[in-house]
Amino acid sequence: MNQSNLSAAAAPIITLSAITKTYGQGQAAFQALGGVDLSVQQGEFVAIMGPSGSGKSTAMNILGCLDTPTSGAYIFDGQHVENLSRDQRALLRRDYLGFVFQGFNLLARTSALENIELPLLYRGESAEARHRTAKAALASVGLNGWEHHTSSELSGGQQQRVAIARAIVTNPKVLLADEPTGNLDSKRGHEIMDLLVGMNRDQGITILMVTHEPDIAAYAKRIVHFVDGHVESDTANSKHDSAKDEHG
Amino acid sequence: MGWTTLLLALREIRRNLMRSFLTVLGIVIGVAAVVTMVTLGNGATQSVSDQISSLGSNLLMVRPGQRMGPGSSSSGAPAFGMDDVEAIKSQIGSLNAVAPSVSRSVVLVVGTRNWMSSITGTDSEYFAAGNWTLAEGRAFYVSEERAGKAVCVIGATVQKELFGERSPVGEEMRIKNFSCEVIGVLAAKGQSGMGRDQDDTVLMPLRAVQRRLTGKQDVNMILVSMADGASSEDVIADIKALMRERRKLADNEDDNFDVMDTKEIAKTLSGAIGTMTALLGAVAAVSLLVGGIGIMNIMLVSVTERTREIGIRLAIGALEKEVLMQFLTEAVVLSAFGGLIGILLAALACYGLSSLLGLPFLFDPAINLLAFGFSAAIGVIFGYVPARRAARLDPIEALRHE
Repeated sequence: MNQSNLSAAAAPIITLSAITKTYGQGQAAFQALGGVDLSVQQGEFVAIMGPSGSGKSTAMNILGCLDTPTSGAYIFDGQHVENLSRDQRALLRRDYLGFVFQGFNLLARTSALENIELPLLYRGESAEARHRTAKAALASVGLNGWEHHTSSELSGGQQQRVAIARAIVTNPKVLLADEPTGNLDSKRGHEIMDLLVGMNRDQGITILMVTHEPDIAAYAKRIVHFVDGHVESDTANSKHDSAKDEHG
Repeated sequence: MGWTTLLLALREIRRNLMRSFLTVLGIVIGVAAVVTMVTLGNGATQSVSDQISSLGSNLLMVRPGQRMGPGSSSSGAPAFGMDDVEAIKSQIGSLNAVAPSVSRSVVLVVGTRNWMSSITGTDSEYFAAGNWTLAEGRAFYVSEERAGKAVCVIGATVQKELFGERSPVGEEMRIKNFSCEVIGVLAAKGQSGMGRDQDDTVLMPLRAVQRRLTGKQDVNMILVSMADGASSEDVIADIKALMRERRKLADNEDDNFDVMDTKEIAKTLSGAIGTMTALLGAVAAVSLLVGGIGIMNIMLVSVTERTREIGIRLAIGALEKEVLMQFLTEAVVLSAFGGLIGILLAALACYGLSSLLGLPFLFDPAINLLAFGFSAAIGVIFGYVPARRAARLDPIEALRHE
């Protein structure tokens, strides 16, 4: 799949226009996002950077349909989603989005396989189908044979792999990764990034990733900088290929 | 989803086995108490009505004195005599049997064995009035009644204690300073509900008891057995009128005798036991309520503890109602388990207590089902608030929760 040719023609999978987010009211009101415009094509790998308080996490929550904007329009795959109800957003997340968190967020005392099966469970798939799909997902992150280990029996890198497997087991259109390497040492971090790059390249999954580490952001094809609730810069990553080669 | 939710709930309960057990202890105790109370209460009611019906069907007991109210003692009230018995027999209609009764406690001696029992002096109509049948031997002959001959019919307990396995008919039994020939054995009626052994009795002709034991011509009580279909109100009114006349009571004087209807007694006693049962059951039900609050408390703790898990589930795309169902199922499974354990405990307690108290053990499926249903309902009621709290969590906040 060659995105650079396709992207010009196809409608973007994500379009944010004039998105604002204000917390609190009156004097105590705090504007986390002050009019964000962003558009992401199918198959892109976007790193979102910025200092803390820049609004990148707020933007990520809105992009992930965990939160709703105060104003502005969010079009996901051709549909307005900025005013959806809680449950409608849950269904959207269930069907089209995958999440990877800094803290892995696996269910404690639950096996790797069952963690991966969780999204399929909410999609109402049969036990047999869940097992099969989850096993394949676990294999795709290189953890064949670790099905029955609980998260406490896995290393940080392995836990994040399981979390990635859980995020992609439903074949989401967009994978949202919030500091996916933040809790890992640099070697494990780069391994995780290789995995994500591979998924973006081979399966065409659109990836949005928040990070504050430049060498992690370097894996992305496009880097968006947030400052004070605005997109300050939005550039294609020139170092993209070299970074990938270094660790790939 | 339903089955998976149930499995999930079971696993969550197993994870905190000790805590789960302590959580449901309130429900266990509540259900066990309610079921035990009601079951024993039913047993008591049953045993009272058994006892009353074993006294005799449609039986009235006429005694001198008043049953209750001021001056309820029988002192002062003149006793009945055999002439009163004859008067009832001849002047009141629709009766089956009318029997006099005079009772005394005595020591019975046979060979080297002795046994304390009660002797009732009566006549052969007593058998019909008291629902007694003979297991062996015969009842009194009229000639024996007239002569006041020392013959007796003994109850099953007396036979067992004094004669063991051998047949007592034709044997002599010593009572105080006279001896008495055993002519029959009553068929066993068994223990009565109030712990009194009805088979621990000896029947003799009235005149024999009057002459040899009491030394008076008095009759302590007249047993009146009404014919089937007779109106007990009418018969009681007739007997009262007759007795007032015979005792020469003026219109403004109270009765100095009492006519008791065994059915009335049964009704009163059953009513009293029913009220007691309901009262105790209500007290026990309070502990069910307390148990429910315990479940709510632990479920709230559990929701707080598992905030992160809830956040993960919500982020992954769980709907509000799915999270709600998960926690509600957990609460219901917990409380239903508590109910089951309580029912088992109650069955054990009823089994033990009923044999200890001499009550019949009546397993009542309705109260057990009701208790189980109620405990599950408590899970729903008290699990709802924590479950809703879980379902309404903000996924972003929940994921941030440490």
